[in-house]
Amino acid sequence: MSHRDAIIAEIPRLRRYARALTGDGHRADDLVQDTLERALEKWRLWQQERELRPWLFSIMHNLHVDGRRRDHRVDYRGDDDLPLPAQRASQQDALELRDLDRALALLPQEQREVLLLVALEELSYAEVARTLNIPQGTVMSRLSRARARFKLLLAGEAPPLLKVVSP
Amino acid sequence: MNTPISQDDLHAYADGRLDGVRLTQVETWLAAHPEHRADVEEWRAQSASLHRGYDRVLDEPLPARLLPPANAPRWIELRKLAAVAWVALGAMIGFAVRDQTLPTPDKVAAASLPRQAAIAHAVFVPEVRHPVEVGADQEAHLVAWLSKRLGAPLKAPQLDLAGYALVGGRLLAGDGGEVAQFMYENAEKKRLTLYVRREAPKAADTAFRYAKENGIDVFYWTDSRFGYALSGSTGREDMLRLGSLVYRQFGT
Repeated sequence: MSHRDAIIAEIPRLRRYARALTGDGHRADDLVQDTLERALEKWRLWQQERELRPWLFSIMHNLHVDGRRRDHRVDYRGDDDLPLPAQRASQQDALELRDLDRALALLPQEQREVLLLVALEELSYAEVARTLNIPQGTVMSRLSRARARFKLLLAGEAPPLLKVVSP
Repeated sequence: MNTPISQDDLHAYADGRLDGVRLTQVETWLAAHPEHRADVEEWRAQSASLHRGYDRVLDEPLPARLLPPANAPRWIELRKLAAVAWVALGAMIGFAVRDQTLPTPDKVAAASLPRQAAIAHAVFVPEVRHPVEVGADQEAHLVAWLSKRLGAPLKAPQLDLAGYALVGGRLLAGDGGEVAQFMYENAEKKRLTLYVRREAPKAADTAFRYAKENGIDVFYWTDSRFGYALSGSTGREDMLRLGSLVYRQFGT
């Protein structure tokens, strides 16, 4: 499998992570597109012994952090680029998804990333640490805070500005 | 090692990251500490709800702008190569039939069939959890659904005699509309995909062709309704045999 095929094969997972991270399908695909372009540019710098997936997630992480600093960009999408709506999403699913989007949006970004990489993308703690370029101890403390806060947010019990202190 | 159970151990337990002695120690400890057991259950429920919410993205057709990635020199080479091939073919056809006909836009569009099929093959064949949208256990539903979306009756060819069973299918967004992909797998977990797209009714080119796209062998042809492309990587000879099997099943 060529490196492009290998990268292409990761697109569905990159889209899932980006969708959960940004809470918006269009912004998610912008982020995926930027990530793919950057990955292809930087391919030669990639050390082959590193796992491809955490490397792609780390590129996405850096772009996402940069993007939030800038946080506006020209919208250049054509109509035919708009993704088709997810099929078979029932009313119930749509409501649950809205709740998840809202709860994730209210998590601090650093906690949201750790929670999604562990719970949704199922990366190991060591992979998450490499992806985000932080010590594994920091991964664990953010995970712990994220899960405690996410629980309150999903239950509708956390005022948006409440700071949860880790035990 | 018999260190006290920490919060980190509980997370690792919830995430299925523990094994051996530590796993047993944590389980024993949790049995005696139900309030922490409840935390673990809560975290697992969170993970499950994230999957319920976002796994559907894995099944969505990929937007065209993500495929192939921009600035990929290899794709540009392929595109140039295809252009050169069509010019050459056009010259040959022009010579053969003199002033009768020229390659039509339909024929030029046909050049993208094996390439699109190979890309879709490379994307979904490595999928472990979501290789298809609708499984072979619902074959009738799958075929009816894809036929409806493509706007003409379609069927899933049988490759059981060649050792390949239908895994299922999915709907993709192609250049000219929706595209069906069927996936097959043999006992060695080798996978084939059959890519089927709608063709303009006037395209009546039934020639059986071969292309190699990024290491993937593709046999493709069109009939009055559809363009078909069978992709796999078990070698040209094997793919020729399988391609012929599929081709015959769609023959009129």
